[in-house]
Amino acid sequence: MNTESIQNEIVDDFSVLDNDFEMTLNYLMEIGEQLEAYNEENRLDENLIKGCQSKVWLSYKIKDNKFFFTGDSNTAITKGLLSLLIKVFSGQSADDILNTKLFFINDTGLCRFIGTQRSNGLEAMENKFKIIALSNKNG
Amino acid sequence: MMNSFPVDIIRKDFPILNKKVNNNKLVYFDNAATTQKPNIVIDSLSNYYRNYNSNIHRGVHTLAEKATQEFEETRSFVKDFINAKSENEIIFTRGATEGINLISSSYCRGFLKKGDEIIISEMEHHSNIVPWQMISKEMGLKLKTISITKSGEIDLNNLKSLLNNKTKFLSIVFISNTLGTINPIKKIIKICRNYDIKCLIDGAQASAHTIVDVQELDCDFYVFSAHKMYGPTGVGVVYGKENILEKMPPYMGGGEMIKDVSFKETSFNKLPYKFEAGTPNIGDVIGFKESINYINNIGRDIIEDYENTLRDYTKNKLQKVDGLNIVGTANNKIGIFSFTIDKVHYFDLGLLLDAKGIAIRTGHHCTQPLMEKYHLDGTARLSLALYNTKDEVDYFIESLNKIISK
Repeated sequence: MNTESIQNEIVDDFSVLDNDFEMTLNYLMEIGEQLEAYNEENRLDENLIKGCQSKVWLSYKIKDNKFFFTGDSNTAITKGLLSLLIKVFSGQSADDILNTKLFFINDTGLCRFIGTQRSNGLEAMENKFKIIALSNKNG
Repeated sequence: MMNSFPVDIIRKDFPILNKKVNNNKLVYFDNAATTQKPNIVIDSLSNYYRNYNSNIHRGVHTLAEKATQEFEETRSFVKDFINAKSENEIIFTRGATEGINLISSSYCRGFLKKGDEIIISEMEHHSNIVPWQMISKEMGLKLKTISITKSGEIDLNNLKSLLNNKTKFLSIVFISNTLGTINPIKKIIKICRNYDIKCLIDGAQASAHTIVDVQELDCDFYVFSAHKMYGPTGVGVVYGKENILEKMPPYMGGGEMIKDVSFKETSFNKLPYKFEAGTPNIGDVIGFKESINYINNIGRDIIEDYENTLRDYTKNKLQKVDGLNIVGTANNKIGIFSFTIDKVHYFDLGLLLDAKGIAIRTGHHCTQPLMEKYHLDGTARLSLALYNTKDEVDYFIESLNKIISK
């Protein structure tokens, strides 16, 4: 599935919550809890995403020119957001990752919950996926 | 005391308290960041811009005269509020932060020399750390910090051990914005009087919650902000003893602060105008008068009694929450509670409480060195004001327990 279809699916999932703040937060935390357990060996400073208020780790492996991400966060809500980003970007090629325009944050209404200070953290997370893709593009 | 305090009537003075946030009634517990504003402050701003907006001090027309009179009346109210000797000792700034920058920059440049020492404490807000670091770096001064105890109190013996003949300045917070600790300022200043040390008190958190008498404290400088005491944002006060301010060089150059200007030489205006370059924040300074009025009309001792009762009630309830650790357990403190919860990160907690209409602060509260001392990267912080109620505390505790048990 391409990143656009995955994002559309996420938007559909969230639409049933009708923008209710509390239900959305709880759903986001549930999504985070479902994230595959992070390999403790990868819990290294070099895998930390700089620019996030909470701690966010991201690692990856490449198989058949496709990227597969795993990650973790010390806060439940950020972990939920990270989990959604991993869902969008995992299994994609470097070019697909780099060409993806993230629209699900706005279209789900999650932007309202992220806030202006924390949106820098979201940007840092998105950038990290793209930097990983870019730096491995010709590798 | 709590039964007689007219909190229901007081709440009606603050229109924002009727707001719904995320479909819940707003419970505002972020008062250490800024307090809400009563109608008389809001109306005063509107009245100024509708009826007599004008630049002050130099105009001869009726509006300028009225604006000047109202502006200067605030100065007089501030003087009485902190019991300064004269209006010349009251300088308006943009806030407490600008006040500390004014003093550190002007006083150090005027009177300190390389090798002199300045003392702050481990519990300072960044605004009482960074200006001193900047001037110390520029002038080759030495910046020392007083240790605090585990409960979050100033270690007076440590303070004594830091003092010597090179110590020229001490700048310390009256009430910690993170811990709520009320520091023994009078005692600290008395210790400093054994040497030739000037003392600045950061009163940002104190002014709305306790009675401040600068003459009784015997501090050389005192700074605070209007917006933390039910007044408008963008207004702060520097109090300084007149004989010291008199000798200090100006901080900023411009209009208002001058007597005569030529390209050869400029002479400066008298106090307090020497430190008020440019058009000040006229409307908000005038609004500030109404917030002082508001506090005075209720009575600072009555407010303090009520807030202390609410503080004790909150502390008692917080202590019973499973896995909650209060950071800052000084005996003498106001209703500011920093805490962590074993199972829930403060960042998640802030958002989950917001979903229930409760506003608290999360993060390092601009006191990163203090967080480091406690080996934390942040806390959740609840801070009370005169319009908060026991019912709100109960709702908060109930919400907190629901979040934790999930």
